Amino acid sequence: MNLNTDVGRMESVLRGRRDDGAKLLVVYITGGYEGWEAAVETAAAAGADAIEIGIPFSDPVMDGPVIQEASQAALEAGATPASVLAAVPNLDTGVPHAVMTYYNLAHHPGHERFAATLANSAIDAAILPDLPLVESGPWRQAASEAGVETIMLAAPTTPDDRLPELCAASKGFVYAVGLLGVTGERSALASTATQIAQRCKSVTDKPVLVGVGIGSPEQAVEASVVADGVIIGSAVVRRLLDGGGADGVGELVASYRAALDAG
Amino acid sequence: MVMTDPNMEGRFGEFGGRFVPETLIPACEELETAFREAWADPSFVNEFHRILTDYGGRPSPLTECYRLSEQLGVRILLKREDLNHTGSHKINNVIGQALLARRMGKSRLVAETGAGQHGVATATAAALLDMDCKVYMGQVDVERQELNVFRMHLLGSEVEAVSSGSQTLKDAVNEALRDWVATVENTHYCLGSVMGPHPYPWMVRTFHHVIGDEAHEQCLKLMNRVPDVVVACVGGGSNAAGIFSGFADTDARLVGVEPAGGAAVGRGVPGVVHGMNSYLMQDEVGQVQEAESISAGLDYPGVGPEHAYLSSIGRAEYPAVNDQEVVEAFQLLSKTEGIIPALESAHALAWVVREAPALQGQAVLLNLSGRGDKDVDQMMDVLGTESNQ
Ligand SMILES: Cc1ncc(COP(=O)(O)O)c(C=O)c1O
Repeated sequence: MNLNTDVGRMESVLRGRRDDGAKLLVVYITGGYEGWEAAVETAAAAGADAIEIGIPFSDPVMDGPVIQEASQAALEAGATPASVLAAVPNLDTGVPHAVMTYYNLAHHPGHERFAATLANSAIDAAILPDLPLVESGPWRQAASEAGVETIMLAAPTTPDDRLPELCAASKGFVYAVGLLGVTGERSALASTATQIAQRCKSVTDKPVLVGVGIGSPEQAVEASVVADGVIIGSAVVRRLLDGGGADGVGELVASYRAALDAG
Repeated sequence: MVMTDPNMEGRFGEFGGRFVPETLIPACEELETAFREAWADPSFVNEFHRILTDYGGRPSPLTECYRLSEQLGVRILLKREDLNHTGSHKINNVIGQALLARRMGKSRLVAETGAGQHGVATATAAALLDMDCKVYMGQVDVERQELNVFRMHLLGSEVEAVSSGSQTLKDAVNEALRDWVATVENTHYCLGSVMGPHPYPWMVRTFHHVIGDEAHEQCLKLMNRVPDVVVACVGGGSNAAGIFSGFADTDARLVGVEPAGGAAVGRGVPGVVHGMNSYLMQDEVGQVQEAESISAGLDYPGVGPEHAYLSSIGRAEYPAVNDQEVVEAFQLLSKTEGIIPALESAHALAWVVREAPALQGQAVLLNLSGRGDKDVDQMMDVLGTESNQ
């Protein structure tokens, strides 16, 4: 019996890389922000194992100042879910794509329709940080039927008795939220990062990646001692906000890749 | 009962729920448990009512408006929440939540505020109970409600101006939520209306139930019957929920008045933001729209989920009034009754004035949710400009 029949592209690619001994690197970029398409392609070329594309939302409650600023700029420049998603099939990345957005953008068009749009736009997985496990059933069902993996977030505050269910529900990978707080670089890795990664690893064999708060390649390495890898977002987006462009993003991603490969 | 407890998932009909980051789910659960226990504990309930009485000034009177009634041909009774300590109904909820936070061992409160009334009330409770307090307020509101900002400072609270998004109440909620995500271990989010994730809509309504209970009793004493109409303004909907809850099981007509530029129920499109599934002003793809109202306290694109429910089952109605009607009602109550209402509360009166021809001879209970002192500055600009024309 093949237990892996419902494993999607995100999970199988990340599992494959992990099982080959690699530490995983997922890179977030705000869709619709000036130059985002080139940045996505450069990030993939520089060694990202998967790309997370933000669909900007008016009220990004899980995001800190950097991603808020990029989201607002993208919205002001006219970005919509449709305009961001329409661009994805033309991106030359060779790696799986997730979208990261907020639940109302799935709720408003309706679960089936939004899931189908994702599936038709070369999107493998979705992350909806304001849709917790207790509210996620109907969306996960619709996404699953459309072939979209829903990546669930496990927080430092998530109790032990909920973690197995949460990790079982998560597809693609398990997003271990590294700290109490919103997205943004921090000067040191929070102790909560290793703890939550460890707790997730002890209840699932899905890839477990630490995101939120990773601010340097050294921190990425430190988190990956326990975790299977990391997600970097604000550090990357800040390069774009600072005018570093796709080249700046490429350099940054390469530095994380090199650090993770060197261990 | 119409306004009963939400179901186990925190839903009123299909509305409500708990749409917050996973990080906050345990805090919402802990709050729900603590609230259930506290509300079943007579010592908690007694202390709540004792503070509302000895400190807050409850019960608030019911004032019959003789001159205005005669002028409009409608018998108008005001529930005087404007006479509460800190000048609005907000103190009821804040005393309840601050006591609960202390009982839960939290030492810090965060709050969002629009007009500043909820911020002032929270800062007041924090001073009273010796807690740290930080209030988030949109930059636009900081400018139009300077006096309340200064009050919060006097009361020992920190006020942070929020310059993201529309720079009003909705963005202040976002920022308060972000703070809470990072500080949940020692901090209680003292939400200011019947909105947000479960248990807030239900808990906040419960703390404001006292408005409806008192008013019901006062009406019976005065008229030996309930009023024909109960009307209140609706931002998130807490003062309306409080007074409605005293009359939901009578045959009184329930009317919640929204600002034309923030008519979440009026537009009737469901959406999810700030932890709840409710009616929400949004564009064609689901981006939340910015509300626009002369009153900062109603400048909110959503509404509490129980109001969405009451509207969906036809138990309450939610008409809208425009800024001009509000300005006229503000002046009318000042001149005929010697009561300067909050601009928020003036929305309720604006509806009564407009509907007066259809309400002839009826008794209307109006929740005067707050006093207008905070709005005098702003009205000097508005009326000054008008008289210059
Ligand atoms: C006097 C007054 N009334 C009403 C409101 C609106 O809140 P709600 O709809 O929750 O009663 C506010 C909010 O600031 C207020 O200050």
